[in-house]
Amino acid sequence: MNGEAAVKLIKPVKGKGTEDLAAEKQKIGWNYRNNAYFLLKIMLTVSGFLAAIIINVVFPQKADVVIKTYTLSAFGYNLDLTMNDAYIFIVSLLILIYGAAGVRAFVDRTRRKLYSKNAAFRFALGAALAIWDIGGTKLQLFAQPFFPGPAQVVEAYLIDSDYIVQNTIYSLRLYAAGFSCGVLLGVVTGILIGWFPKVYYWVFPVLKITGVVPAVAWMPFALTLLPNSFTAAVFLIVICAWFQIAFLTAQGIQSTPKQNYEAARILGSSQFDLIFHVAIPHAMPDIFTGITSANAMAFTTLVMSEMLGQPGGLGYYINQSKVWSAYYKVLAAIIIMAVLFSLINYIIGLIQKRTLRWQEGVIKK
Amino acid sequence: MSSSIGITNVNRIYTDADGNKVNALNDVSLNIRPGEFISIIGPSGCGKTTLLRLIAGLDKPQSGTLSIDENTISDVSPERGYVFQQGGLFPWLTVEGNIAYGLKARKVYKNNKKDVAKYISMVGLEGFERSYPHQISGGMAQRVAIARALINQPKALLLDEPMGALDSFTRADLQDKLLELWKENGITMILVTHDIDEAIYLSDRIVIMTPRPGKINEIIDVDLDRPRHRGGVDFLAMRKKILQLFELAQAEPQPEYNI
Repeated sequence: MNGEAAVKLIKPVKGKGTEDLAAEKQKIGWNYRNNAYFLLKIMLTVSGFLAAIIINVVFPQKADVVIKTYTLSAFGYNLDLTMNDAYIFIVSLLILIYGAAGVRAFVDRTRRKLYSKNAAFRFALGAALAIWDIGGTKLQLFAQPFFPGPAQVVEAYLIDSDYIVQNTIYSLRLYAAGFSCGVLLGVVTGILIGWFPKVYYWVFPVLKITGVVPAVAWMPFALTLLPNSFTAAVFLIVICAWFQIAFLTAQGIQSTPKQNYEAARILGSSQFDLIFHVAIPHAMPDIFTGITSANAMAFTTLVMSEMLGQPGGLGYYINQSKVWSAYYKVLAAIIIMAVLFSLINYIIGLIQKRTLRWQEGVIKK
Repeated sequence: MSSSIGITNVNRIYTDADGNKVNALNDVSLNIRPGEFISIIGPSGCGKTTLLRLIAGLDKPQSGTLSIDENTISDVSPERGYVFQQGGLFPWLTVEGNIAYGLKARKVYKNNKKDVAKYISMVGLEGFERSYPHQISGGMAQRVAIARALINQPKALLLDEPMGALDSFTRADLQDKLLELWKENGITMILVTHDIDEAIYLSDRIVIMTPRPGKINEIIDVDLDRPRHRGGVDFLAMRKKILQLFELAQAEPQPEYNI
């Protein structure tokens, strides 16, 4: 970008004649810089989703699925809609979002390249919805009731909206309580192990052996010894995050170069400074490696403990729906998990990027 | 501001990985005058870095004493600044953060906030305040390390081959900067180097050490006028003298008489 700007500055200033413009147009060629080409890319992006809507409306339904009408009320308005209406509404929303992004990229040329690149995948996404619809609810080509159509999954949200929200909040509460305690305990233990040789001697071997045991293995103890199932599940998530994070934090503290300590001491550091302003900043990349890997394990532990002994949560919802063979509800819960967990990963990624700003551009050793 | 440093009959013996005793410093005595620029040169293994670490207080001798202004050196202190061969900067702090570190550690940052900018401009790093160590060149990193030590207003600055990893142009540039800072701050400078030219160009006196066991072989007064000229006749004569001490000078080529 800067290079381009510099080149423009060096160029002698002169009015652009029609010849120049024509030459420039020829130079552009058949790629995303070309307006017609880019319009085609927008159409490609949207067409998959359009096909999904058309198929949902036009295709006759063979399956024995009753189309019920649900009434949604919000802000004093009542809205009657069937599962197909809701599905079409969601897909239309996607068309609107991607269409708007396309228009934006059309104006803002810096966004064009990425949008063009994503066009094929977004088309495939729409096409997959269409195929799923045909194979699922419409013609029942896939094994039923395991593969209900997308509209039926949407129906789960219509039927169980409050209940799903309730279970999602339950999962989030469990995760937040367990993971935050786990991170806190993990970092503190890791620092103690990394800093004090005595703590290392007594605690590290215990951590190393117990750390390899999957947290859910402790479930029988957790369920019987702790006062309620919520604390039991929190305990399991804490364990899985704790050991992993403590392990890596200790490693990060211990790998601090001696020279960093010597430099800090000569500059007037106290013991406190050596821990908090030298060892911990140095261990930060390792601490975040621990947090991200523990996070993935925490999701697993969360869902498993919900499936095995919780009065709520998305895992519980899946289990309950399975009993009634309501696989469309299972899929609905899985989609929420995918979105929710991705979001949590994204937020952790943002915090990591901000904290480890100093590492940007350095290849990690 | 500057200090005299006394080193009396210092012995330092290491035990290496195989259990052998290595005599890193054998009965070393040296008096460094206040405000003096002194260089310690010698081949690797002669104990020059060991001696510098002892002066810094990073290490302790088995016998003998080290003192600064008659006070025995027993631990590290901000009054003896130290510049490491390379690195040594905190990679997680910006240039500004690294330089301000000493003030913050000594809890005097609030009263001396303006000093950070002053020392940044003293080493000529304006515009790089917010850069991280890996984003700047090796020469700039050493300037940061020097400024970081100087901000604590040390009585002596100990430099452990600070220019060892730099290319010759950057090195010459940094040598001039070092002389400038020495005059400006009037502190005692102790430089460990393996570069004979660098030692002659910078120092008042050159301490020549030899290995196995590490000891001081000779102390040479560099009585050349400043500013010195790297290609001057006196300079080259001094260089030859030191090379001869290390038995590195080659014999003059004999004229060929074969006809």
